[in-house]
Amino acid sequence: MFPTLLAASIWHNQLWYLLPLVVSISLVYGATRHELMQPILANALHTALWILGFMAIIAAILIGVNWVAS
Amino acid sequence: MANEQSASATAATEVLHVDLRQPGVAAIWAWLWPGAGHIYQGRYAKGILYMVCILGTWFFGLGMGNGHVVYASFDWPDNFRWHYVLQLGVGLPAAPAIVQAVRVNNHREPLLVDFMAPPGPVDPERFDTLARWHGESHMFFELGTLYTVVAGLLNILAIYDAYAGPVIGHPDDDKRPPPDKNKEPAKT
Repeated sequence: MFPTLLAASIWHNQLWYLLPLVVSISLVYGATRHELMQPILANALHTALWILGFMAIIAAILIGVNWVAS
Repeated sequence: MANEQSASATAATEVLHVDLRQPGVAAIWAWLWPGAGHIYQGRYAKGILYMVCILGTWFFGLGMGNGHVVYASFDWPDNFRWHYVLQLGVGLPAAPAIVQAVRVNNHREPLLVDFMAPPGPVDPERFDTLARWHGESHMFFELGTLYTVVAGLLNILAIYDAYAGPVIGHPDDDKRPPPDKNKEPAKT
């Protein structure tokens, strides 16, 4: 029961709409900094991981604050 | 850095010469259609990358909002669509909103039903057109707005790239020692 609910909550999570934006922003930002495709992709991967990591940290802080407050 | 005709780009192990052709013309093309400026310059791979990323984001957002998230209306304060200024960064794909706004302001029917047409006056006391669009699209109205705004902003980066060439970050920049603050600057 719980894994099914967990899978459903993950599948229907609105955060999935973040991924296309992260991919697009990372690739465009990488393309403004490099000319060749390989460095562009490397830069895009680095940027995407940075964005997702930053958001994960913010999410962890908010979850922690919520846990302390409740 | 860039000059009128070209830009030198230093990658990790090579020096690239990027022919910017006519940067001003390329910038205008880049604004009119994402990626077109780079294709004009012969930078096909980047042009296609920009086109796919920016237009993909744009049309995905436009579709999420059923074509209603992009409209030009600047009636202060109830219907001031400041988002459109940022959405206009994507160029021609945002232009139908201007045509629709002009038609509506001239008391004519908008084209293509109400695609990119302004919603008309906002009345907090009743269920107006804008409220109906929000009701039909739910969260996707805001998401579509976000996607199209981001697409417009991303194209501004692409326009700058078409005009001035890439901003190359050298991978060894972080390994270089910081400048010595005690050292006197060279006199000219």
